[in-house]
Amino acid sequence: MEKILVVNHEKCTGCRLCEMACAVKHVGANNPARSRIHVVKWPREGFELPMLCQQCEKAPCIAVCPKNALSRDSALNRVNLNYDLCIGCKMCVIACPFGGMGVDIVARQVIKCDQCDGDPTCVRFCNPGALQFVPASSVNLIKKRTVGVKLAEVMRKAVAA
Amino acid sequence: MALNRKIAYVNLTTGEIKTAPIPVEMRQLYLGGRGLDMYLLYNHLKPGVDALSPDNVLTVSAGLLVGTPASASARTHVGAKSPLTGFVGSSNMGGFFAPELRFAGFDHLVVKGKAPSPVYLWVHDGEIEIRDGSKLWGEDVPTTQDLIREELGDPEIKALCIGIGGENLVRYANVMTGIKNAAGRSGTGAVMGSKNLKAIAARGTQDIAIRFPKEALEYNAKLLEHIGSTKFAQIMQKWGTMFIYGVTNTTGLVRNRNFQSNQQVGGNIECEHIEEHALGTEGCYGCIIHCRHKYMIRKGPYAGTYAEGPEYTSQGAFGMEVGCNNFETVLIGNHLVNKYGIDTLETGSIIAWAMELYEKGILTDKDTDGLKLEFGNDEAMLEMIKRIAERKGLGDILAEGPLRAAKKIGKDALKYCIQVKGMSNLHSDERPTPSLALGIATGSRGSDHLRSRPAIDLYHLPEKVLRSIYGGPKPYDGPLSSDYTSYEGKPRMVQWHEMLYEAIDCTGVCKFHSVFLSPNLIAFDELSKLIYHNTGLEFTPEEIWDIADRAYTVERLFNLREGLTRADDWLVDRYFDEPTPVGLPIVRGKTLDRAKFKQMVDEYYSLHGWDETGVPKPETLKKIGLDQEPSHML
Repeated sequence: MEKILVVNHEKCTGCRLCEMACAVKHVGANNPARSRIHVVKWPREGFELPMLCQQCEKAPCIAVCPKNALSRDSALNRVNLNYDLCIGCKMCVIACPFGGMGVDIVARQVIKCDQCDGDPTCVRFCNPGALQFVPASSVNLIKKRTVGVKLAEVMRKAVAA
Repeated sequence: MALNRKIAYVNLTTGEIKTAPIPVEMRQLYLGGRGLDMYLLYNHLKPGVDALSPDNVLTVSAGLLVGTPASASARTHVGAKSPLTGFVGSSNMGGFFAPELRFAGFDHLVVKGKAPSPVYLWVHDGEIEIRDGSKLWGEDVPTTQDLIREELGDPEIKALCIGIGGENLVRYANVMTGIKNAAGRSGTGAVMGSKNLKAIAARGTQDIAIRFPKEALEYNAKLLEHIGSTKFAQIMQKWGTMFIYGVTNTTGLVRNRNFQSNQQVGGNIECEHIEEHALGTEGCYGCIIHCRHKYMIRKGPYAGTYAEGPEYTSQGAFGMEVGCNNFETVLIGNHLVNKYGIDTLETGSIIAWAMELYEKGILTDKDTDGLKLEFGNDEAMLEMIKRIAERKGLGDILAEGPLRAAKKIGKDALKYCIQVKGMSNLHSDERPTPSLALGIATGSRGSDHLRSRPAIDLYHLPEKVLRSIYGGPKPYDGPLSSDYTSYEGKPRMVQWHEMLYEAIDCTGVCKFHSVFLSPNLIAFDELSKLIYHNTGLEFTPEEIWDIADRAYTVERLFNLREGLTRADDWLVDRYFDEPTPVGLPIVRGKTLDRAKFKQMVDEYYSLHGWDETGVPKPETLKKIGLDQEPSHML
């Protein structure tokens, strides 16, 4: 089943465990600079927003890649990065509108979220559930139901009256 | 490697900065964090120095497991000789500073001397600069951090700093990070202020290599699943530490109107009130418990102010102790102390004491400049917080801490003061609970619950369960009692928690993930595994106990060197003479018994291998390798 990684910023507590788990999983070390996900924060407002590759359908990174190292992986519904083809020109880093493409200064290569090949480590470690890996076909249905709870309450009352 | 972080020695008088590796042998003796800080203090401080002089030494550190997938590995430790107690100063806070210090390549900073004018330290990827801090001087805690990020042009910078409390040398000023993370209780913020050191900023992009990354992640995932499944974690996730108030106040285990009652009547400060103000909760680095509320003050002169907290301690400080019954007052008080960077517990306790002195006529309107410092006068209480931070009028005297203030006020002032080693007690009433009382009487940094409090003693756990906890990792077959009003076996509980909290503080893991408020969380076994998976260092649970014992004994040696005697491990007379007036039958009419309490102190000393005067015996020092201290290995 095709799944997508959804961010619910309202549930994020800003603990950055996702960043840590991502880095340790991919490079065996904790270093936010090498993590594929980042929690962007506004500390004076207590607002936090995890940001990562959106796995775009019409991905600007794919469009600008001169070596076809980036491609759409339909089996895992993600943008795939083939390091055998990548020359490290960083055009993708410039083109990405979300900051989803990064530069690993230790490995000397560009990096992006690979959704851990279908089992995202960040999702496993996100205890409050701000990160969820859900079926793409029903992602909006989940949201509709969540928001609909409140609406339904009002409507039930209206019916009862 | 998690083990390749360095130590830096910064001399603010000369501007000299030296860095050195931390040998693995030192890790094997002290792990890091609080333990290694204590070794550094004992070795670098001359005995008897004025705590607010350039001779004091300030240590700032990240624990051994900070930034690793160990649970909630976020804690920063700050050490110095305490300007409040004159004994060991040891403050600890969560937030995001310690991991950033490690990403920047350092585990320990040792700051000496005094800068000629305000400065801040800029620690980034292996380098340290002393920078002009004059523009920051006078700014509050969150603004200081914002200004640093702005000046250095990097929103990801994490900084610790002092507010005006530290600048004005309030003897219980905190070192702060974020909005409310506070390294409190020991006045280390005043030590920073005395050195003209406004802040330390950190930013780094260096790997913290994990020794066995797969195993570390897997172990942590399961541990987090377990922690998240406990009732304790689930309650904390929703209410934070404020949930404790409902239980302790109903039972009658809190200090009300300084020490005149053990229950607040008509208090309107239960945790549920946070719902009207809360914007959600925040976690420290790598923590799933996220016990810190984000809130907005909705009404009054502070309407529209964003703040974080409050903790149970602030409910005590600006609620029970001072007899104020309004949750909004707690929210404002909490905001003010964090903005000024002064200790919430000490501030509330000292104002509560001043209120009793005012009630008894020892302090008059003349002393308070006309302020009606009465219990339950919310406005007067909030005004006094400000006067303490700004050192105005009576605030200037109270900023000196209980013992110095008592001397200045004179008369019978000291008689009403609830303190140990010159540090005000927190807002709990320990008359019905000998184990908790022994903990605050003997704590190395003064009257404090975070050195050794066996909080789970309040749960009446079956003896079998107590045996499974307190029977190891070093064998103990003495008595243990499920009755929290009993004196039986309590010294072992205090010693056990002392060792666990020391070990936890050496690693930088949060105590809320350990056997503190829940019996089901991390203890020595889990620490042994966490340390191994993340660093490769192998310690049995018994060996971790030995390390904690060594570090705690260094704190004892430090205190003895500064003149501590057995008389300092004792409570004020009111604990023994004034019975608790109210509360549930099990806690009502209670005083502590002097003879039994003395026996508990004896037993506690004996468990530690200290003689009857509280001095470690030569064979004890030899056994834990402290007979050659100070050894100047770092």
